[in-house]
Amino acid sequence: MNRRNFLTGLGAATVAGAWATSRATEPRRSAPSPTVPSRFPNIVLRTQDDKAVRFYDDLIRDRIVVINMIYTRCQGLCPAMTSNLLRVQHLLGDRVGRDVFFYSVSLKPEQDTPQALKEFATAHHVGPGWLFLTGKPEDIELLRKKLGFTYDDPVEDADKSNHVGMVRMGNEPYMRWAACPGLSAPTWLAKDILLELDGPTRSAVKTS
Amino acid sequence: MNPRSTPPHPSKARLKAIEDAARNRRELIAAQLSRREMMKMGLLTAGGMLVAKAGLSARAASADPGSSNLVSPPTTPFKVPLPVSTPIDLRTGSSHTVSLLSPAPTVAPNVAAGEGRQIPQQALLAYPPEYAYEVHEREAQHSFHPELPVQTIWGFDGQCPGPTYLASYGSPVLMRMHNDLPPLDQRPIGGFGRSETSTHLHNGHTPSESDGNPMDFFGPGKFYDQHYPNIAAGGDRRERMSTLWYHDHRVGFTSQNVYKGLTGFYLLFDEDDCGDETRGFRLPSGAFDVPLTLADKVFDSDGNIYFDLFNLDGILGDKFTVNGAIQPFFEVHPRKYRFRLLNTGPSRFDELYLTDLDQPGTSIPLHQISADGNLLPTPLAGDHVRISVAERCDVLVDFSQFKPGARIYLENRLEQKNGRGPTGKILPAGEGDLVMRFDVTLPRVEDASLIPAKLRDFPDVNLAQVVNTRTWRFERRNGAWTINGKSFDPDEVRASVKQGTAEIWIFQNNSGGWQHPVLVHFEEFLILSRNGQPAALNDHRKDMARLEFNEEVKMFMRFRNFHGKYPMHCHNVVHEDHDMMLRWDIVA
Repeated sequence: MNRRNFLTGLGAATVAGAWATSRATEPRRSAPSPTVPSRFPNIVLRTQDDKAVRFYDDLIRDRIVVINMIYTRCQGLCPAMTSNLLRVQHLLGDRVGRDVFFYSVSLKPEQDTPQALKEFATAHHVGPGWLFLTGKPEDIELLRKKLGFTYDDPVEDADKSNHVGMVRMGNEPYMRWAACPGLSAPTWLAKDILLELDGPTRSAVKTS
Repeated sequence: MNPRSTPPHPSKARLKAIEDAARNRRELIAAQLSRREMMKMGLLTAGGMLVAKAGLSARAASADPGSSNLVSPPTTPFKVPLPVSTPIDLRTGSSHTVSLLSPAPTVAPNVAAGEGRQIPQQALLAYPPEYAYEVHEREAQHSFHPELPVQTIWGFDGQCPGPTYLASYGSPVLMRMHNDLPPLDQRPIGGFGRSETSTHLHNGHTPSESDGNPMDFFGPGKFYDQHYPNIAAGGDRRERMSTLWYHDHRVGFTSQNVYKGLTGFYLLFDEDDCGDETRGFRLPSGAFDVPLTLADKVFDSDGNIYFDLFNLDGILGDKFTVNGAIQPFFEVHPRKYRFRLLNTGPSRFDELYLTDLDQPGTSIPLHQISADGNLLPTPLAGDHVRISVAERCDVLVDFSQFKPGARIYLENRLEQKNGRGPTGKILPAGEGDLVMRFDVTLPRVEDASLIPAKLRDFPDVNLAQVVNTRTWRFERRNGAWTINGKSFDPDEVRASVKQGTAEIWIFQNNSGGWQHPVLVHFEEFLILSRNGQPAALNDHRKDMARLEFNEEVKMFMRFRNFHGKYPMHCHNVVHEDHDMMLRWDIVA
């Protein structure tokens, strides 16, 4: 590219917009509908029953899920969030484990053995359809970042006692993801989940 | 590399950015640009660093490597003419009269005909609609730039942004919203968006059931009649508004659906602001009254708009679109224009200047004539305006001050690096983001418009009417946004106000290092003080209260004419979707 062409093409440009006008003339594929498995690393996790599961293949794929992050020795947010989600589980009844799956992923996998998670879940009287998950620290860290349980400030992000208390609600087949604070009213969390569970059938029925 | 289909690799996006930067430098060297030229074009800082303008999500470098630092593909700036669509005139004529609507609008939801509304119209009979329009929300193909692929967006009537409506006081409008978006049991093309919608007319004086409440969404295949009475609050002429906009407001998914294209303008006129520059306020009108929808976006390496579904803090784009085109140019006559500026976000705050890159040190005058939906008492002469997400601002610019052929840029000079809000630093002229370019290339034409000495008076503040004072603290705890310690619950009425009364509301930003543009639906308020100081002329009558770091804003609120549920929320739409919102009700 010579100077003249560069200036002509550039006008007065922003940097990201300015580069390599030659690249821009290459034919581009028109919008495919991309699949997004890279968002969900297929790492191996262990459940509170010490069963090995793959995150994408076994937990996320073709499912509607509710995900948060906790650690069992947490003295503040985690027990409160877990109690709150338990109320949501009760409101949803036996649809949990059938139509929607709850996952609590350990933020401190080095402490949270499957047995520790089992004790935590038992102490909270957690029902079926709700897995507590641990794994290799580096895998969990990757998952945490992928799912956006992060702060942009690295100092804040490193403080596990002040971790993100959001609950992610996702519908993998339709790529619908939202998040609510984990301490939201359980009635609203349950309603929001039901909107996802029943939304497609609700709207597909066109009133004539 | 498509960040959504690439296996996880922590450094891949960074590597790509580094590669790009290296290539950029080589090209700059090959192009033999001088340091001065590069600075002039905003490519180089005074310190000699190449300006970094990556597409940022607030999740920064530590977060997902595939998307957070996504850099959009290159596009040649100022290659596309500014799109300006022909407005839909709901003020006169016979093409949009309500009698053409079939079935006719009903007070009760017309469920039999497929209406998704669930609440009866409270004011349809009191303000019978004169004009009507049937708009169809649908998937469509759109070009943001000729160097990017034509791609799928969601738009009102398939347009991005949607149609501009012209309405007038005294002529109520019935807007029939058809949701023709793809069914919910389909993965949306592009991988984001939820095809249930609730269109909010921001910030119409609208009955609750026609307001586009976040909970009043309806699904594909249905329609919803919204009734816009087009009356001034309390019948007070001074409460009239001018520049309104509309957008989807579906709870939890507003940011995705707005980003996907569901926005548009709704302009209100009266005998003063009349759309005729020989009468009334004599503001530039017709082709010289131009709405500008600003939206920043990120595109993936295939050139398709990308939305980071897992972002909590705010999304910043590295491509600046105006009326749906990336960095367009607009040929103008050497005369006065009215530009209606709207920032649709998702999360960026703009401080907009006019820049002549040949004389970047020269301040270019403009006149601000409105703040959000309303005209100011007098035009405010200056050289910039600041608008956060959802704020509007009308400005008058006189291009006769420039020599023929001049190229004048609309430049955002407010530095912002993440979803926390701007740093507050104003970048030097030419080093900000050049949003669009005005080319003074068209011939001289008649200009009957004026910069009027006087516009619309503010309504009075009558503290004797105040029956209650409420304080709202905007906070953050464990990454969750709260107002007075609570997040959104659509079934909890956080404030119940009596119709016809007035209250003082105090907003406090206690979220530590975050800024929030806060919207209260329904009536424009009057800001009494900001941090204890009297509000500025352009910060007094507003529908958005911009809360910068640690600020406190005190306002006078009134609740007239209608009743029902309304929300208050942060309009950084990413914060909003993560429940920085509450419900308050007006009870009759």
